[in-house]
Amino acid sequence: MPVFYGVEVSSALMLGTAQYPSPAIMAQAFRASGAGIATVSLRREQGGGQAFWDLIAGLGVRVLPNTAGCHTVKEAVTTAHMARELFGTPWIKLEVIGHTDTLQPDVVALIEAARILTAEGFEVFPYCTEDLTICGRLLDAGCQVLMPWGAPIGSGRGLNNPFGLRSLRAQFPDVPLVVDAGIGLPSHAAQAMELGFDAVLLNTAVARAGDPAAMARAMARAIEAGREAYLADPMEPRDMAAPSTPLIGKAFLT
Amino acid sequence: MNITLNGAARQTAAATLADLLTEQGFGQKVATARNGDFVPVPLRATTPVTEGDRIEVVAPMQGG
Repeated sequence: MPVFYGVEVSSALMLGTAQYPSPAIMAQAFRASGAGIATVSLRREQGGGQAFWDLIAGLGVRVLPNTAGCHTVKEAVTTAHMARELFGTPWIKLEVIGHTDTLQPDVVALIEAARILTAEGFEVFPYCTEDLTICGRLLDAGCQVLMPWGAPIGSGRGLNNPFGLRSLRAQFPDVPLVVDAGIGLPSHAAQAMELGFDAVLLNTAVARAGDPAAMARAMARAIEAGREAYLADPMEPRDMAAPSTPLIGKAFLT
Repeated sequence: MNITLNGAARQTAAATLADLLTEQGFGQKVATARNGDFVPVPLRATTPVTEGDRIEVVAPMQGG
């Protein structure tokens, strides 16, 4: 199972807490998924903060607060500080958004924010792209996990750049890698795990499914299957057919 | 005194951030910022609220 900053979690599925039809359905989805980590956020208190917190606390999972919606280093750093106090964890899913339509991260600001937060004792989970150089800089900044997107947040498109993700795995064999965002189907999640990723973080694909609990379970199974397949050392694909049934001994019937 | 609390114009008689939270009826599970800077719990009682301040009070919420 994946280890993040010295903590082994019980599942390679990390699940978001947003967009469910109801709090009860969210709780059902978590129970069905076996997810070990829940992402949460901070928003202006309008009543309901305590109730939501009680619900999350009842799930028995580790909490990973995010800085969703932040567009500057200062916003992200301030949000991280508020999250650390409120949730009592040094973990922070660091998002610094650079583009409104794609929610692509501003990777330059991300590196700066990661450096600041690491120096202040945070354990940073950066939402990043699969760029090898940027990911190297994030590690230099003190990150001990990388979370490249599969596709834009909420798009459900799967892995837009499997080659890039595969390269990232090869470049950093010992760094925990998480595909964060863009997963729409269990097959996408399985593919990420087959590439050797350590975990998958998703939200919309489960929360917006017609039956979130069933989809959560399907995702968990796909992730387990993908991980087992990666560890089983898959065969190399080839262009031409290779008969699996032995030719020797075939009856001569013409 | 006029301040902006979570983006809305408010009048307050609170002298400190801690007083403001009590006055406005916030619960325990909140984090605060004043004029864009984080104010940790131990500093709320000594952080003044002054005319024109922008105060943010946030709570745990759903997130992905």
